[in-house]
Amino acid sequence: MDTKAPPKTDIVSIRNLTFSRGHRKIFNAISLDIKRGKITAIMGPSGTGKTTLLKLIGGQLYPDKGDIIVDQQNVHQLKRKDLYTLRKRMGMLFQSGALLTDISVFDNVALPLREHTALNKSMIRTLVLMKLQAVGLRGARDLMPAELSGGMARRVALARAIALDPMMIMYDEPFTGQDPISLGTLVKLIKELNNTLGLTSIIVSHDVEETIGIADYIYVLSEGKVAGHGTPEQIRNSDSKWVQQFMKGDADGPVHFHYPATDYREDLFQ
Amino acid sequence: MIDFLQKLGQTTLTSFAKLGRGYFFLIHTLIGIISVLAHPRLLTKQLYSVGVLSFLIISISGLFVGMVLGLQGFYILSDFGAEETLGVMVAASLVRELGPVVAALLFAGRAGSALTAEIGLMKATEQLSGMEMMAIDPIKRIIAPRFLAGFLSMPLLAALFSAIGVIGGQIIGVGLLGVDDGAYWSQMQSTLDFQDDILNGIIKSIVFGFVISWIALFEGYDAAPTSEGVSRATTRTVVNSAFTILGLDFILTALMFGDI
Amino acid sequence: MQNTKTQETLVGLFVACGIASLFFMAMQISNLGSFSSEKLYNINANFENSGGLKVKSPVTIAGVRIGRVVSISINKDDFVSVVKMNIDSRYKLPTDTVASIYTAGLLGEQYISLDPGGSEQFLKENGLIDITSSAVILEELVGKFFTDKVSE
Repeated sequence: MDTKAPPKTDIVSIRNLTFSRGHRKIFNAISLDIKRGKITAIMGPSGTGKTTLLKLIGGQLYPDKGDIIVDQQNVHQLKRKDLYTLRKRMGMLFQSGALLTDISVFDNVALPLREHTALNKSMIRTLVLMKLQAVGLRGARDLMPAELSGGMARRVALARAIALDPMMIMYDEPFTGQDPISLGTLVKLIKELNNTLGLTSIIVSHDVEETIGIADYIYVLSEGKVAGHGTPEQIRNSDSKWVQQFMKGDADGPVHFHYPATDYREDLFQ
Repeated sequence: MIDFLQKLGQTTLTSFAKLGRGYFFLIHTLIGIISVLAHPRLLTKQLYSVGVLSFLIISISGLFVGMVLGLQGFYILSDFGAEETLGVMVAASLVRELGPVVAALLFAGRAGSALTAEIGLMKATEQLSGMEMMAIDPIKRIIAPRFLAGFLSMPLLAALFSAIGVIGGQIIGVGLLGVDDGAYWSQMQSTLDFQDDILNGIIKSIVFGFVISWIALFEGYDAAPTSEGVSRATTRTVVNSAFTILGLDFILTALMFGDI
Repeated sequence: MQNTKTQETLVGLFVACGIASLFFMAMQISNLGSFSSEKLYNINANFENSGGLKVKSPVTIAGVRIGRVVSISINKDDFVSVVKMNIDSRYKLPTDTVASIYTAGLLGEQYISLDPGGSEQFLKENGLIDITSSAVILEELVGKFFTDKVSE
């Protein structure tokens, strides 16, 4: 197995990762690298385990085989305490936002600061307002999560994810189910944050257009394998039939329109 | 036949696995309680939603159960000319059995199911996962305060149930059916023993509080993160709590009141 | 969501009610209230047969409860039942007090009834009551009734 230390320019490197759920192999010995300071997108149709990959990187799930190295540390060999220390430097934006529903927007953003820093009240307030300002929701600080729209909740979650100034943020399907305006806002935010804060961003998505618009590098996953990778330009011109079908959204191709079944005619006239 | 054996084996293994997860969960929670004591504010909030919100249902049920005991007890005892011992009957039934058990069943239905649904939904909406990714241990921050609140509320609620029940029995027995007020209380006081009856009743309710909180929180934490998973977990909390309460009650009663 | 202050007040109220109920149970429902503050002393009585007498059975004078049984044991020398009682120290008992075991009602529990005599001397701590009458055992009574009938 290839275990030699990855170069420092890679913030995350995944080597021969295998992970199964039940009998289904979700990842079959995949390897990929994520460059520091860039926006890397991981794409693929629903059900290819994109969210699972983020949870594996965050150390919430354990792989069957293979290694995940984050910032020179092997995530799954860390002790619990060190894993938590590492997690403080990773932000994750869940699809649903995952805000705590019983406390206000302000308290949600303040939560990681209160838990992990010894800052006094006024400093926490200043920091929270700065983060909320960055996502444009300083005025919404007193609302409860239930009063926010989906896009706003995602922006609050983003403010919370950057509260501790992490080295990287993982976005889980940030564009799904957004109206055009909040979509534009999110795309702008992800780009801005990446450039101004010097973050590394990992975006998991199946929204082709938005992702291609902001990603520096793209991996396309299919059936537990990396089907193709490269810059958006390279992906667009990929000669893999599968990648082409995914990018163009064709109904039939290497991925069939029909779920595997017995012969249609036989089935009807049996 | 082989199929049946395989299914039996599978069921056994999954239930053992679940039991194992439950124990680890409990130990983790008990350790987490230490950090709750450092943030008492977290506890206040949970005492409110677990204790205060169960207050009304427990007191009203206690009153009615006491009144029914007074009525039924009077009819049975008056056949033997022993109406004076009505107080003993009402108080002994409440303090030893009905107080801890009925209060625990109501608590499982009112607070236990709410806890499971809350934790299950937090899991389904990735709030627990989100906390873990923020390097905040959800068991310490979310589970442990709720566990402690359930554990502390249960004996108080059971005591409330019994006390109000005894008063309910008095309202019917003394107020309506004409049992002598002095006899009602004095017979009760001379028969019921603090250690044997009251203390054992309190111990029962502490055990029930512990078990209900554990079941409710674990079912929520272990629920499948879908709406169906949460609803099934909530049902399981109520059913399993009820079975456990009644089973444990039998064991505890045999240990406490058995002449061994 | 209610504000924190209301919530805290209600929690305080809840805890206060709970503790009040516990206190009520201890003092009003059980015997803790009636015994805790009084001074007690022990006396013993030997019975040929203590029947269904139990620890904590009441001890009464003229139907008024003045104490309770604390232990029942057997004297290994002459095989009599030794009953130790806790008596409220407000009541001084003459040395010639008679102790009898009676049953409350036909099926009720058994208790000790003390009948004070006229002696000027009083029983001290761990004093012994000499004159006792044993418990009436229902089976013996029934048996005797039948043998009497048969012999008639």
